[in-house]
Amino acid sequence: MSTVTPVTTTPPLTPEKVTAAAVAKKKLTSPWASLAAIVIAVLWTLPTFGLLVSSFRPERAIKTTGWWTFFTDPTVTLDNYRAVLDSESGAGLGSGFVNSLVITIPSVLIPMSLACLAAYAFAWIKFPGRNVLFLAIFALQIVPLQVTLIPLLTLYVDGGLANTFWTIWISHSIFGLPLAIYLLHNFMREIPATLLEAARVDGAGHVSIFFRVLLPLLRPALAAFGIFQFLWVWNDLLVALTFAGGGDAVAPITVALANLSGTRGTAWHLLSAGAFVSILVPVTIFLLLQRYFVRGLLAGSVKG
Amino acid sequence: MFGQSNSPRFRSALAGTLGIGLVFGLAACGGSDDSADDSDTAAQSIDCAQFSSFGDLKGKTVSVYTGIVTPEDTAYKDSYKPFETCTGVTIKYEGDKAFETQILVRAKAGNPPDLAIVPQPGLLKQLVATGKAVEAPAEVAANVDKFWGEDWKAYATVDGKFYGAPSGASVKSLVWYSPSEFKDAGYTVPTTLDELKTLTDKMVADKKKPWCAGIASGEATGWPLTDWHEDMMLRLSGPETYDKWVSHEIPFNGPESTAALDAAGAYLKNPAYVNGGLGEVKSIATTTFQDAGLPILEGTCSLHRQASFYAANFPKGTKVAEDGDVFAFYLPGKTATDKPVLGGGEFNVAFADRPEVKAFQTYLSTDTWANIKAKLSQGWVSANNKIDPNNLSNPVDKLAATILLDPNATFRFDGSDQMPAAVGSNAYWKQTTSWITGQDTKTTVDNIEKAWPK
Repeated sequence: MSTVTPVTTTPPLTPEKVTAAAVAKKKLTSPWASLAAIVIAVLWTLPTFGLLVSSFRPERAIKTTGWWTFFTDPTVTLDNYRAVLDSESGAGLGSGFVNSLVITIPSVLIPMSLACLAAYAFAWIKFPGRNVLFLAIFALQIVPLQVTLIPLLTLYVDGGLANTFWTIWISHSIFGLPLAIYLLHNFMREIPATLLEAARVDGAGHVSIFFRVLLPLLRPALAAFGIFQFLWVWNDLLVALTFAGGGDAVAPITVALANLSGTRGTAWHLLSAGAFVSILVPVTIFLLLQRYFVRGLLAGSVKG
Repeated sequence: MFGQSNSPRFRSALAGTLGIGLVFGLAACGGSDDSADDSDTAAQSIDCAQFSSFGDLKGKTVSVYTGIVTPEDTAYKDSYKPFETCTGVTIKYEGDKAFETQILVRAKAGNPPDLAIVPQPGLLKQLVATGKAVEAPAEVAANVDKFWGEDWKAYATVDGKFYGAPSGASVKSLVWYSPSEFKDAGYTVPTTLDELKTLTDKMVADKKKPWCAGIASGEATGWPLTDWHEDMMLRLSGPETYDKWVSHEIPFNGPESTAALDAAGAYLKNPAYVNGGLGEVKSIATTTFQDAGLPILEGTCSLHRQASFYAANFPKGTKVAEDGDVFAFYLPGKTATDKPVLGGGEFNVAFADRPEVKAFQTYLSTDTWANIKAKLSQGWVSANNKIDPNNLSNPVDKLAATILLDPNATFRFDGSDQMPAAVGSNAYWKQTTSWITGQDTKTTVDNIEKAWPK
């Protein structure tokens, strides 16, 4: 973290300090590596591109020919999008879209704020049983959420929460917390203790240390976790399917999407258009916060 | 957020995304206002007095949970409107393709809907076993005695208690064909199994691959083969033996069952007969059931055995009628007089015994509802004996209703839907899929027999 290079006694044999980065740069800029990267990128993007092309083709064309025939016989229609978004005759993904936003935003904010506080306590407050508790939380990541479905739903029903957004918010928060606490804890431990000691000398208590020293430093980690949680909640089907249970009023876009193809799968030509409406938000979020995403992948895995 | 909030790019993109979302949302909200206008199609007068015995139900809500989603759900919702107008009850309809697993989760967790439309007697039994399903009221039982055959009542009866009126029905013993091809080539609709075989051979002589089939259907891959097998079982061994076979009084690998599977194999595993327009015998396993009958339209396939609901799979603009592009005939019995019908259906199972739920159940068990629903739907029939085939606008539905109403027909419910889940929705599907890709009949029936829960 500190930018001051310490005075070393090593003879100046190594020309530069950033050897690893230089090596990496050298390797990555080789033309073969570039070619490989381009090939991989094209291969990975091709299916999505085909899906995009498909979503604009008429029903008969989708059902009888592949998307690549679009280039020899281009017919464009917005019928699929109309059918997907029209709440009257179509699937009405619109209300699902709004429900998804209503579900996702609290489901990201709740675990994030709780995990911040918990991570601070685990990182910088000494209390008995701290390590055991932290280990327990870490271990909770291993529990597959599927085993909790029926017991949790029973609890919600007993508590009178069934068929509301609360069940989904609470469930996503519960499932997101172990990873959030672990990620943020590791990030907080990296902050040099001297920084906190200095603040303490200046008379700051836990509250002002947390808000005025740590929180500004935590932004990248919070953003990273936010993106993870956002994508996970937005794309989630299982949790919503099990806990929402109140029909169109609370069902997110993924549930609407799952039902889009019709009772016997006869309307599958709408799926490509539906998929594009649904990935609009995650793709935007990902493109905007891309650099945090990569940092988030590294958070907790690489120290120092 | 997160230190980037000053960036104009971020802001405009975020605003754009949220804006688009809100437009969708508003479109969704705005759309629902108009729905009052087209409800007059369903605003038919029904006798409201029949619900007066249930007391004042105004302002009450009944939730319905089902696996029936778009586009079939509209007809259901519209058919509930006369009841809503009469009683002031609001029906909340929830369609979910994951119904079959979710209903069990919800029943076990104590969060069941008021009413569920259950598509299989096997699932109905499982729901009763959770202890959450409630017995149907006396009014419903009386209606079912009046309007349905005893066999239908038996499918919804568990341990002597009756749980719900049948809803829709489908006829599976149908063969799709092209009427114009039959006319041009001089083929006639067969009336016995032997004639079907003769017709097939005649088509082969005309250098055609007569049959097309496809069984891919995600995790349920294989189910169309179980229907073929059941249809043959019903035809070769008769309804009584079929019942014994379904309830496992006779083994799955017995001579009757083996003969039936071989009879299906005589068509489906014969390289001269399949797979018209789609490839070799093995292509049956990889073709989705939705696509399997489409070669009929292109003239590369002549016959396709699939249920009445298959009509919805033909692209828009296809004329499904006796004088149209494609139609179906009854898969004949062993003799012309013997008319076994394989089919399926749904049942309305209640999880609450509030007066409004009982009133709604009663409405659904009447002939009034069946006829209102018939007028509104495409690809839907009921086994209600007071249904008027003229109310069904779709020729295939009319055909299915005529088959169901035929006093000489013997109806039997799809066997795999009644068998234990370990067989009916697991081993039976998987083993028949292996069978079509080359496994012999004996190994197949032996393996299914082994999978039967002891």
